[in-house]
Amino acid sequence: MFGKLTLHDIPLDQPIVMGACLGIVLAGVGLLGLITYLHRWRWLWEEWITSVDHKRIGVMYILLALVMLLRGFSDALMMRTQLALAGGGHLGYLPPEHYDQVFSAHGTIMIFFVAMPFVVGLMNIIVPLQIGARDVAFPVLNSVSFWLTAAGALLPNIALGVGEFARTGWLAYPPLSELPFSPGVGVDYYLVALQISGIGTLLSGINLITTILKMRAPGMELGMMPVFTWTALGSNMLIIAAFPILTVTLGLLLMDRYLGMHFFTNDAGGNPMLFINLIWGWGHPEVYILVLPAFGVFSEVIATFSGKPLFGYRSMVAATLVITVLAFVVWLHHFFTMGAGADVNAVFGIATMIIAIPTGVKVFNWLFTMYGGRIRFEPPVLWTVGFMITFVIGGMTGVLLAVPSNDFLLHNSLFLIAHFHNVIIGGVLFGCFAALEYWFPKVFGFRLEPRLGKAAFWCWFVGFYLAFMPLYVLGFLGMTRRTNHYDNPAWDPYILIACGGAFLILAGICLQILEIVVSIRTRRARRDLTGDPWNGRTLEWSLSSPPPAFNFPVLPAVEGLDAHWTSKAAGPAARPAAYDDIWVPENSPLGFLLAACAAVGGFAVVWHIWWLALVGLVCGLGALIASSWREHGEICVPAVEVARSDHLANVFRVNP
Amino acid sequence: MSNVSIATAGERAPARYQPATKLGVTGFGFYVYLLSDAILFSALFATFAVLKTATDGGPTARDLFDLKNVGLETACLLTSSFVCGLAMQAAEARKPRELAVLLGVVFVLGASFLTLEIHEFGGMIAAGAGPDRSAFLSAFFALVGAHGLHITVGLIWIGSLLVHIMTMGFSEAYQRRLFCFSLFWHVLDVVWIAIFTFVYLLGVQP
Repeated sequence: MFGKLTLHDIPLDQPIVMGACLGIVLAGVGLLGLITYLHRWRWLWEEWITSVDHKRIGVMYILLALVMLLRGFSDALMMRTQLALAGGGHLGYLPPEHYDQVFSAHGTIMIFFVAMPFVVGLMNIIVPLQIGARDVAFPVLNSVSFWLTAAGALLPNIALGVGEFARTGWLAYPPLSELPFSPGVGVDYYLVALQISGIGTLLSGINLITTILKMRAPGMELGMMPVFTWTALGSNMLIIAAFPILTVTLGLLLMDRYLGMHFFTNDAGGNPMLFINLIWGWGHPEVYILVLPAFGVFSEVIATFSGKPLFGYRSMVAATLVITVLAFVVWLHHFFTMGAGADVNAVFGIATMIIAIPTGVKVFNWLFTMYGGRIRFEPPVLWTVGFMITFVIGGMTGVLLAVPSNDFLLHNSLFLIAHFHNVIIGGVLFGCFAALEYWFPKVFGFRLEPRLGKAAFWCWFVGFYLAFMPLYVLGFLGMTRRTNHYDNPAWDPYILIACGGAFLILAGICLQILEIVVSIRTRRARRDLTGDPWNGRTLEWSLSSPPPAFNFPVLPAVEGLDAHWTSKAAGPAARPAAYDDIWVPENSPLGFLLAACAAVGGFAVVWHIWWLALVGLVCGLGALIASSWREHGEICVPAVEVARSDHLANVFRVNP
Repeated sequence: MSNVSIATAGERAPARYQPATKLGVTGFGFYVYLLSDAILFSALFATFAVLKTATDGGPTARDLFDLKNVGLETACLLTSSFVCGLAMQAAEARKPRELAVLLGVVFVLGASFLTLEIHEFGGMIAAGAGPDRSAFLSAFFALVGAHGLHITVGLIWIGSLLVHIMTMGFSEAYQRRLFCFSLFWHVLDVVWIAIFTFVYLLGVQP
């Protein structure tokens, strides 16, 4: 009846796990109680859960990312404190089988359920606004994408209390992840969660590419698109080309584990290195999927706050596309030690170093944009400047690792850990935070508290250096990644500094939470009535904050770069003579239903509860087919309503 | 003259601007999906290429493949693609009955293909050459099976399209779905031709 699932699979004997579960359950019950108390269920269902508005879906993506950031960061704190306590013959407080789950969950959650939803959420909100579109190309599909991602994020958190998570590291390399060596359900949780969220990501990639290429406002040629939209295009092209590889790779490992096949096994001709090649065929492009939109954010921020057009727009676009292509020809640098031979390693090493060129072009473009500008050091700019310094260091250590002979020494050492945190925190996460500060007023209609924002930045920035620079040294001193305890007094001071850095980052996170809470409480005083709080350059700033459901009362006609900036320079635009009715997509529960089926079915597959898996499949298929019977998925916003909304927004714009 | 003017739709927009039609947007999106599907199959082809010699002392391609069966499968699938083209023409001419009949033929041909494939798989498994026998067979079953799974999805899709046309008749949305289905079905043919060539024909080469 319940497959492999028994009561013994709930780790009642582990106080840390049970405490965390209790916290999550209490918070969940509290949240549900609050919603019931405030009679907000209908509101939640109609305004958010079934919403197909790209802005709302984007907000939900980012909310998911922020919640999961707390989960992933607590894993990080556990690891750092464990190591701080586990030197000189002590074993620390996390036994290896638990510690292994912690670092696997940390990596999986941070990449798949923090960085990805954050970046996808940003693209969702901003791209249609920047290109003058009323929504994405396929609004219902967009909701499906989000809810599948959320369903995927749910599973590793269920694994916390029911069963176990993978102990294999965040990429679940075989043969360790094969059934004989990982007989538990941990790897299955990992595989199923990533399959579900991976499909969501792929669908959102299709959606955004179509939106960018097919839905631009009249006159906006490709060469007039804002740089963030360009980087989103590059990122989504990479999603289309890379995520199917992930689906196949994880699918093959699933078949190894469930059907006794031999793709990556040690016996019957299986080839574990095939997995490593395939997974990095997805994994390396994934790095650029994350960082390209962050580059776009920095480009927008730095141009806006320097009060200048972005330096070298064309070279910025070219660099983005070059990186998009090169992302696919460097995957082997993740395993130079495989033994492919000097020639192969040299080719991939050189290809890797070449990526530093377009990236360098970008850095110089940002610097030249700042040069001669009147820079306002608002929080988004702090994150951007912090990024430029940090990312350049990370890039240079990356070039060091790209030299195969160096890599043989540093492979899987803490030097590597320091390097990729250097680029992912310093690049992706700083970019996400810059974007949060920059576009928050556009999305919610009020500004964030800047002093707390700056304080949070400094905690993060200094905390990052304290937490990760010592890891470079530890890498040179020979400390390997995923170490549970050690006995080497030379490492002690560095590990303690790193632990202190992690706590400084914790202070930064607390300040960010405080910043949001304070800003919400004082939102009336911080309202952004102009729709253009930063004196922005691109079309999203021509709308009211928050924009109406249909975004643009009248589609703008674009004739060049920085459309909003040039329009402002030309003086107040004439009011349109007439408005048209606008059709907006109707809400749809399809995404939520499919995700519910996927979550239940996925859980059933993990525990071999086959009847339940079948129920999930049939219900999901049924929901999909039933939804195709809906012929009219749009409702009309009458022209009078559009005109009213536009006039209301303009009262403040002309007379702020 | 400002660079952005708020103009009523179409009034001052550049003459070249044509808003994309719904069919254009949906069709484009579906093409992008098919590209991603092509990558999915390439990953499976790559896996097959790596593992095709890893037979672990078990049966090889030459011992297993029966070109007669595969030829029949190919004939079914290619004919079904042709009939699918005829169905599209019937849809363009707005002939619901003809369309239903032709879609029915596509369904029968697809189902025949699937039956032949299941028969082939069943025979191999019964002979001890199942997917758990060797890495080569794992890769074979995964690649050909993934194509078969796509065909299965296609059959369910045809079923839905048939019920639609018989109960509700033509609509713009229906035309879009039919268009996407025909793209899907033709691409599966292309994938099959690659499987036929690289897996079966080259497999039985001495």
